[in-house]
Amino acid sequence: MRQSLLHRIDLWARSLVPFALAVLLVVLSLSPVRLPGFGAIAPWLPLIAVYFWSAHRPDLLPVWAVFLLGVFCDLATGGPLGVSSVTLMLAQVAVKSQRRHLLPQPFIVQWSFFAVFAVLAEVVLLALNALAASTLIDARPAVFQALSTIAAYPLFAWLFSQAQRSLLRVH
Amino acid sequence: MRLATPLKAWAQRFLFLLLVAAAFALMLLGKADIALIDRARTAVQDGLAPLLDGLSKPIATVNGLIDYASELASLQAENEALRQKNQELLAWEAIARETAAENERLRALLNFVPDAAVGHRSARVIGDQGGAFVRSILVAAGTLDGVRRGQAAMTGEGMVGRVVSVGKRSARVLLLTDLNSRVPVLVGEARHRAMLVGDNSALPDLMYLDDGARLAVGDYVVTSGIGGVFPQGLPIGRVAAVEDGVAEVAPFVDWAHLEVIRLVDYGLPGLIEEDGEASEGIPTP
Repeated sequence: MRQSLLHRIDLWARSLVPFALAVLLVVLSLSPVRLPGFGAIAPWLPLIAVYFWSAHRPDLLPVWAVFLLGVFCDLATGGPLGVSSVTLMLAQVAVKSQRRHLLPQPFIVQWSFFAVFAVLAEVVLLALNALAASTLIDARPAVFQALSTIAAYPLFAWLFSQAQRSLLRVH
Repeated sequence: MRLATPLKAWAQRFLFLLLVAAAFALMLLGKADIALIDRARTAVQDGLAPLLDGLSKPIATVNGLIDYASELASLQAENEALRQKNQELLAWEAIARETAAENERLRALLNFVPDAAVGHRSARVIGDQGGAFVRSILVAAGTLDGVRRGQAAMTGEGMVGRVVSVGKRSARVLLLTDLNSRVPVLVGEARHRAMLVGDNSALPDLMYLDDGARLAVGDYVVTSGIGGVFPQGLPIGRVAAVEDGVAEVAPFVDWAHLEVIRLVDYGLPGLIEEDGEASEGIPTP
C-alpha cells in the first residue's frame, strides 16, 4: 500500500517534467543577456516544448497544461494575455493530428515539419498581437523570431529527448 | 472507470474549444485593464524577481568582463577623445551655470511657482524584453522601495520608458519603443508639442505635431511635462529622419547596456494612485 502510494507520487512527479521544463525555459528566456536587439529575436521556446511533447508524449502535456503555459508566458513577458495560449493550443492540435506521420520520420524531417509549424505559429502570433493592439505590427521581428526558433530546435529537442529517456522511460 | 473512446474524444474536443474561448476572453479582459489581471501580472513578476535577480548577476559579470576586454584595446584613443570632450563640456558647464543663475533671478522676479521636487531611485534591470512583440523590462524595485506606476525610467543618457506595473519587489518598465508607449514631448528649439509613439521598431515616431511645425534632423526631443506625470525636460533623443511629415526619433539610450536605471519620483500628488486608477484630478487627502 505504502509502496504503491510512493510509486504513484513518483509517477505523478515524473509526469510533471514536460510542463516544468517548459516553464523553466520561459523563465530562462527572460534573463537579460544584453546583446543588442537579442530580446526581440530570441527563440520562442514554449513552441519547441509543445511541438516536441505533443509529438512524443501527448499524454504528458494535456491541453489545459498548454493553456496554463501560455498564460504564464504572457504574464511573465508582459505581452497581451491569451495570445500565447491560443497559438500554442492551435499548434498542439496541429501536431497531434500529424503525429502518426511524424513520429517514424528521421530527425531532419521532424525538424523540417517543425520549421513549417514555427512559421505558421509566428503568423498566428503576429495576427493575434496586432488584434490585441488593434494596429498593424512590423512583421520583421516575427520573421527573425521564427528563424531563431527553428535554429534552436535541435538543441532543445535533444534536451527534451534526454529528459524523456532518463526520467520518463519507467512508464 | 474508463470512458468510451468516442465520448472521451468528444470531451477532449469540448475542452479544447472551451480553453480557446477562455483565451480569447482573457484577451478581451486584458484590454479592459482589470485590477485582477494586473494583480496576477504583478504576482508572477514578484515571484520571478528573486530568481531573475540571481540569474542576472553572473550574466552581468560576464558582460562586464567582455566590455572590459574590448575597452582595453581602444583605451588610448578613447582617453584622447574624452579629454577633448571634457574641454568642450567645461565650456558648456560655464554657460549652464550662468543660465541657471539668471533663470533663478528671473524666476524670483516673476514669483514663478516652483516645480514639485524631483527624487530618484536606482534599480537593477533583472528581466529582458520578452519576445518579438513586447518592448519592456523588469527591474528589481517595487512598492516597498517607493516605486509607483507612471514614474519615468532614465539612464544617464536619457529616458528609457515608464513604469506600467508594480509589484512589491519588482516593476515592469514599458520602453519608449513599445507599441503601447505614448509620451508627450517638446521638439526642437521652437518647442513644438508632439506625442512620441512607439511602434516596436528602434525609432519611435512623432505624432500629433503642432500645425505648421518645422522639424529638422538633429532636433532635440525632451519630455513636455504635459499631463503632470513626468517632469519637464527629461532628455529623450534626437529627430533621426523626417519623411512625408512623419518624424522618427532616435533615443539617446544605449539599449544594449541597460543595467541600472533611475526611476524619477515626480508625479503631482493624486494624479496617479497606487493601484493605477486615475482619480478625478483632485488630490485625495
